[in-house]
Amino acid sequence: MIFDDPVFASRMLTLLTLSVHILYATVGVGIPLMIIIAQWIGIKKNDNHYILMARRWARGFVITVAVGVVTGTIIGLQLSLLWPNFMELAGNIIALPLFMEVFAFFFEAIFLGIYLYTWDRFENQKKHFLLLIPVALGAGMSAYFITVVNGFMNAPQGFDIVDGTLVNANPVLAMFNLAAPTKVAHVLATAYMTSAFILATIAAFCLIRGSKQAYHKKALHMTMKIGLIFSIAAALIGDFSGKYLAEYQPEKLAAAEWHFETERGAPLVMYGVLDEETQEVKYGIKIPYALSILAFGSPNAEVIGLNEFPVEEQPPLEVHYYFDIMVTIGSFMIVVALLYWFGMRQGYSFVTSKWFRWIIVLGGPLSMLAIEAGWWLAEFGRQPWILRGIMTVDQAATSSDYVGHMFVLFAILYAILMIGTLVILRKIFANNPVEKELAKLDAEKGGGQTWKS
Amino acid sequence: MEILGISVLWTFLFGYVILGSIDFGAGFFNAYSIFTGKERVLSKIIQRYLSPVWEVTNVFFVFFFVGIVGFFPQSAFYFGTILLVPGSIALILMAIRGSYYAFESYGTKGHKGYAFMYGLAGLLIPASLSVVLAIAQGGFVEIVEGSPVLDYFALFTSPLSWSIVVLALVAVLYISAVFLTWYADKAKDADARDLMRKYALFWAVPLIVAASGIIIELYSHNRALFDGIMNLWYMFAISFVLWALTVWFIWKRRNYTTAVWLLIGQFAFAFYGYGIAHYPYLLYPHLSIYEGFTNQAMAISLVVVFVLGLALLIPSLYLLVRLFLFDKDYIQGNKE
Ligand code: HDD
Ligand code: HEM
Ligand code: HEM
Repeated sequence: MIFDDPVFASRMLTLLTLSVHILYATVGVGIPLMIIIAQWIGIKKNDNHYILMARRWARGFVITVAVGVVTGTIIGLQLSLLWPNFMELAGNIIALPLFMEVFAFFFEAIFLGIYLYTWDRFENQKKHFLLLIPVALGAGMSAYFITVVNGFMNAPQGFDIVDGTLVNANPVLAMFNLAAPTKVAHVLATAYMTSAFILATIAAFCLIRGSKQAYHKKALHMTMKIGLIFSIAAALIGDFSGKYLAEYQPEKLAAAEWHFETERGAPLVMYGVLDEETQEVKYGIKIPYALSILAFGSPNAEVIGLNEFPVEEQPPLEVHYYFDIMVTIGSFMIVVALLYWFGMRQGYSFVTSKWFRWIIVLGGPLSMLAIEAGWWLAEFGRQPWILRGIMTVDQAATSSDYVGHMFVLFAILYAILMIGTLVILRKIFANNPVEKELAKLDAEKGGGQTWKS
Repeated sequence: MEILGISVLWTFLFGYVILGSIDFGAGFFNAYSIFTGKERVLSKIIQRYLSPVWEVTNVFFVFFFVGIVGFFPQSAFYFGTILLVPGSIALILMAIRGSYYAFESYGTKGHKGYAFMYGLAGLLIPASLSVVLAIAQGGFVEIVEGSPVLDYFALFTSPLSWSIVVLALVAVLYISAVFLTWYADKAKDADARDLMRKYALFWAVPLIVAASGIIIELYSHNRALFDGIMNLWYMFAISFVLWALTVWFIWKRRNYTTAVWLLIGQFAFAFYGYGIAHYPYLLYPHLSIYEGFTNQAMAISLVVVFVLGLALLIPSLYLLVRLFLFDKDYIQGNKE
């Protein structure tokens, strides 16, 4: 089998599980905020459309949360199963945020359970609305804590290694590692951005299908605006992430940019094909000085090249493409959202045309792809380290022989889960058309009259 | 500090055992009733009680394995290496169950195959998790070139590991039957109550037989643990008395609420008794809680976080329980 090597198999299984989990996790972090905003507008404007949005999104959210919890439980346990040596070391220093994360989940899980099953149990809608806040907070906190752990893997601190044993552990210092601030901010911003664009995808799709409902127009308008704000935030914070890398993990940035020689006024290379022998890039787009600006905010700053590092410590070079994918999608989405916003304000007709809506439909899946690409960049870019500078992936992996078999089992499981999610989501919404639900909601609110007639 | 850590973890594991058993057993009874034509007596209860709560149940489990890595990092090394296969299988089964709640409550109502898988997974999970207990009490793990290796052959041919599995299964069915009797009674669902009562009585005797069987097996398998248990004989005796009282109440069809509390007490005594007898080993005889313990700074910060976390959780849990367990109207289905 190709998975004879437990290290390689463990890496692939981690890659698989995390790539699946992150899709659900991103939605899990972002959607509660969207529900909050919709429900808030609905209560304030006394507009049933927004209330219904909140309800429908919440209903879909149950499904993604359940699968998110399942895949999250898997990755949580798998970390110990696949990387026992890493977890033994890390457990000594970074267990604190992991432990806190569990509390955040707990908190989220409790209130989510209550929120979802009590739509009609509160006389006062506002009280029910309040239940959402702990849900969104809990999800945000769990993203925060887990990203802190990931930050620690990139910038370990808070302990000393003396003669191979760990001393002077300081869990609090480890938590406030240097990688965490930019990482957490970028992860949260992109989660909100992605969730907004996914909901926009759905709204745009329904509009294309001929639904003339004001409902979908409102949903599209709201989510595109939120998406615009967070995509700009994501790009700005992404820029800070680049500056962080230049300072503390120059090899990752250099690999992502195919930047081999240390130089001043470094250009930024997008796309292209690399000749590994001569380290020359063909067909790429070179933007002069841009890398120096991304790295240090000044066109003449010196950027460290990859050749400064021993070959065995260089990350794989394909991370360049992941970076390109992420940045291209990020910029593209900003442009799309800006066009939409500006076009709506000016009343341009192209904004409501079919082709433009198709572009918006693409936004959700593209954002998901950007999330994946971003994580692949971050994780492959850390190679060969699992804990940068301290422990390599080879040293961390399990010695057990059956990882390859497990990979196959989990791959089947994830395929079922992902297909199942899509099928069920489609069913829920197809079986409950907006029109019917709106009529019902209006009837409840409008008192008896509509009932009798 | 070590003892505090393991007590907290053991308590959460106990919480998971009870909550999980209710959940697993309900799934099994549900599938069983579908296949024996007693259509859907239970599925309403599963939807009313379990759906809002299963995620919380799951967090108990997550809490346990994250906590044990935090307090005893070395256990990640030992158990992580050994448990790859049983752990992965348990995970896949849990995934099947988790997705049931998501898919079944909206999708094709009452897909028989799925209900069957859900019920079956509910039995296989405790079986595969309980194997960990069998491994932890020693005798199946060898250290080869510095890494622990599990002897699958010895494990699967040992009567001890099989009796632990049997006990786990019977316990799941018994706990869940008693709990559901009470819940159905509160829901004023007489059919479901009578059915569950029958199951509860049916599984009561095998439970005690299986439990005694394990103690006898231990005599030849792990003498130290056996002696530990004998030294704590009074805890197990109390547990037995509580069991007898539970069965008595259920038999007499009264005080179902008390019966549930007695049941919890019964398992608590047995569970903690076993835990104390196991002390100080996490993995006998390779890893004890003293060797495996984390550093002082981490231990203190974990405990601080734990206390703060509880301060946050207990009120929220209280709210949850009030809404879904003790709200009469909700249980009886008068409220959506
Ligand atoms: C919708 C998703 C998305 C979009 C549009 C962007 N990113 Fe991103 N990026 C992520 C999603 C993401 C991520 C998934 O959230 C990552 C992966 C790991 C991490 O910390 O965040 C990430 C990591 C990441 C890193 C590596 C950080 C590290 O490894 O420590 C850099 C340098 C950037 N991003 C920079 C950018 C720039 C300059 C963008 C300009 C548009 C950008 N990102 C858009
Ligand atoms: C706290 C959060 C995270 C932790 C603790 C973590 C841990 C790990 C570990 C232990 C590995 C294996 C070692 C390695 O190959 O580098 C790994 C690899 C990987 N992870 Fe992360 N990860 C985290 C977040 C994520 C997320 C959210 C993703 C999303 C997709 C991700 C994507 C990957 C990928 C693609 C690999 C494979 C890289 C490779 O094999 O070279 N990681 N991660
Ligand atoms: C190695 C990395 C990760 C591990 C070990 C992990 C672990 C877990 C676990 C154990 C759960 C289930 C909790 C429960 O039972 O309720 C979960 C769910 C979740 N995870 Fe992850 N996680 C990782 C990466 C991430 C990342 C990077 C994010 C956010 C950006 C994230 C966000 C979430 C959220 C929001 C949930 C709740 C379920 C949902 O709302 O979809 N996780 N995760």
